[in-house]
Amino acid sequence: MYLDFVTRAMIGGVGVALVAGPLGSIIIWRRMSNFGDTLAHSTLLGVCFALLLNIDLYIGLIGISVVVASFLAFLSQQRLIASDALLAMISHSTLALGLILATVLPGVRIDLLGYLYGDILSINETDLIWIYAANILALFVLAKLWRSILSLTINEDLAAVEGVPVVRIKWILMIVMAIVFAIAMKLVGVLLITALLIIPASGARQFSKTPEQMAVFASILGMLSVVCGIFASNYWDWPTGPAIVVSATLIFIVSLVFGRFYK
Amino acid sequence: MSNDVFPLVSVNHVHVAFGSQSILTDINLTVNSSEIVTLIGPNGAGKSTLVRTVLGLVQAVTGTVKLKSGIRIGYMPQKLLVESFMPLSVYRFLSLTKGTNNTKIQTIAKDLGIKHLLQSPMQAISGGELQRVLLARALLCDPDLLVLDEPAQGVDVMGQEELYQLIVHIRDTRHCGILMVSHDLHLVMAGTDSVICLNKHVCCSGLPEAVAQHPEFVKLFGLHEPAGLAVYTHRHNHRHDIGGDVCT
Repeated sequence: MYLDFVTRAMIGGVGVALVAGPLGSIIIWRRMSNFGDTLAHSTLLGVCFALLLNIDLYIGLIGISVVVASFLAFLSQQRLIASDALLAMISHSTLALGLILATVLPGVRIDLLGYLYGDILSINETDLIWIYAANILALFVLAKLWRSILSLTINEDLAAVEGVPVVRIKWILMIVMAIVFAIAMKLVGVLLITALLIIPASGARQFSKTPEQMAVFASILGMLSVVCGIFASNYWDWPTGPAIVVSATLIFIVSLVFGRFYK
Repeated sequence: MSNDVFPLVSVNHVHVAFGSQSILTDINLTVNSSEIVTLIGPNGAGKSTLVRTVLGLVQAVTGTVKLKSGIRIGYMPQKLLVESFMPLSVYRFLSLTKGTNNTKIQTIAKDLGIKHLLQSPMQAISGGELQRVLLARALLCDPDLLVLDEPAQGVDVMGQEELYQLIVHIRDTRHCGILMVSHDLHLVMAGTDSVICLNKHVCCSGLPEAVAQHPEFVKLFGLHEPAGLAVYTHRHNHRHDIGGDVCT
């Protein structure tokens, strides 16, 4: 089966947007966007390790994200995570370490710009399989735990008293985030991935009455952003990742206006 | 029937510490069915910590917390703030309770007078309304034990009286045990079976009348009114239906 590169980009982007809807909504509700940035910034280390150990890129990415997420989950258990400074420290020191490794690794040349802004037009069929496998898994886990996630997002004590395994679910949530970020990295890049999760969900908030509506609308707005972004990028020859994020922002502004009338 | 002999909760010689800082020392407490136990004490006395220990959210360093087996606990937290970015109606909030259904929600909403709020967003209701919604949520699991952490917070004086009457009414109709934290001494006590005055340890405990005259209580809260008055409810109430049979 041969697909041209624009079609592949569309399919891949839509796949990421699909899971970005519910996950982005959760990130907003739980105020985890700093955590998301930290995960994203650490992924360059994953790229380096994958090259260093000569393993599959995605395995390196997912591996490092899961390690960082688990580390952060552990810190949040110790009640240290509240500190933005700590997140920023981990976020930027892993990025710096990744940048150094990317430069000094012998015989390795990493396309740093592609890494920072994403390279959605270069994704191939194998990438598509990774994207859909990981995202379907993520969607399945989120759907399965949805009610518990809502419960503990509203109030952790109340959820715990009602028998929700709070610590375990928070950990699973961080792992799911880690996997989605690792996969989405190649599409929109380190600097923009959080935007693709946050902006459509913020737009969806304007005309949603239930958490589920917000998750679904966020997915739809995200897909719309991906499609518009790729078209814009093709038409005006813009870098694709940034074009997607700018589309998302424009769609957000429209939904803000639309939401005013709707209410 | 024989199971009723055992208390719902029994806390024995519990000691709680965060790090090296001791929060609670040698706490004993029992709550039985159809009994209202009120915890009072100054800020930082460890009231919430004690409640959280009973709920299993905080682990005791030494001592034991025994809950009757198979007990269902309804918990009303001190604060609940729904993130404004989360679209959540009161109805949806209540429906998140495990094992609930529409009929139950409608019945309890009617009992607590919050039926008209069900479709409102959680962020749009007043402090007093929120407390009722939280109470409804706690009741939805058909609790054997209700744990209420400052239920009257953010409620005006008239609303507080109604809320406390409601709590007494819940005890009388559902026969559940109630463990309640309160900072309000005057309104709470009439419905209460037992008061525990806490300040990192149990200063004094017993019937409301006895506690109000206990020297340790007076030391903590002062004697702004004649001691006897502190146990009367409805000082400013002109309805004498519930608890109005003032003891002199």
